[in-house]
Amino acid sequence: MTRTPKRAPDFQLPSAPDKQLSLAALRGRPVILAFYPADWSPVCGDQLALYNEVLPEFEKYGAQLVGISVDGPWCHAAYRDSRKLRFPLLADFEPKGEVARRYGVYDRQSGTTQRALFVLDKDGDIRWHYVSDPRVNPGADGILAALEQLNPKGAAHEPA
Amino acid sequence: MSRRDDRAQLTPSVGSRDHASGPKDAPLTLVEYGDFQCPHCGKAYPIVKDVQRALGSELRFVFRNFPLTKIHPEAEHAAEAAEAAGAQGAFWQMHDRLFERQFALDDDHLLEYATELGLDADRIRGDLEAGTYAARVREDFISGVKSGVNGTPTFFINGVRYDGSWDRDSLLAALQTLVP
Repeated sequence: MTRTPKRAPDFQLPSAPDKQLSLAALRGRPVILAFYPADWSPVCGDQLALYNEVLPEFEKYGAQLVGISVDGPWCHAAYRDSRKLRFPLLADFEPKGEVARRYGVYDRQSGTTQRALFVLDKDGDIRWHYVSDPRVNPGADGILAALEQLNPKGAAHEPA
Repeated sequence: MSRRDDRAQLTPSVGSRDHASGPKDAPLTLVEYGDFQCPHCGKAYPIVKDVQRALGSELRFVFRNFPLTKIHPEAEHAAEAAEAAGAQGAFWQMHDRLFERQFALDDDHLLEYATELGLDADRIRGDLEAGTYAARVREDFISGVKSGVNGTPTFFINGVRYDGSWDRDSLLAALQTLVP
């Protein structure tokens, strides 16, 4: 990944069976995009469970976390409910993996997104990204370091 | 900053705020980030004991809390109870008891264990109600996140995250290769 900030491709995806979320709607605050291969698989579970716990730290930086996989919105709804996830899961379902492709993190072989993290600044530029081994939970330290770099006074962040 | 370090480092390093078992100047320090309600940590518990026995005074073992409270609803109070027991000088006794009785970690049982261990259970009840040790548990958790903990248990050997298998033989071998 280049050091130069790069525009994050815009998208609009279902965040629930009857709701859509667009990246543009999140402008004005840092955004964490967490692409993960699939709902229900054990490693993803750990990764999203970890992010669910770390959420208050992300929020100190005013950041919004969204998870993205190719699972459909009904599957996401059941998964979110089962794991008590408090952040949206977007369905990159139709056309399948289209958004992941635009971010260069679609795995054609498995037909899923790669396990990839993007941190966007409040203007929608990609400031950090990391592609992990699909079997390995990448943790949250890289995300926190990136948010810290965006806003060194992160803990003192006050929503405008 | 496009990649993070492949070998995550423990931050902060082991210090006086930590619960440590074994000599301060031991050549090996094993740190576990764990969750008392996590079945994998329960499985790791006797393995760590075994490794401690095998290495004797060569090893210092440190436990830090990493409760995943949304999936393990009893993990937070269990962690706070261990800290509360620690304030009464019995962190390790409570740590051991919680892993040995992982199947029963509701508040009533936590207080029962405190009584069994000869601790002031009323004080621990008060500590749990007031959340006296909640901030300390959260501090452990955040230090883990920043150190690259990605699930439980996560081990650090002499400050570097250990990504290998933690079955007895692998963990022991990983530690032994570092003994001078």
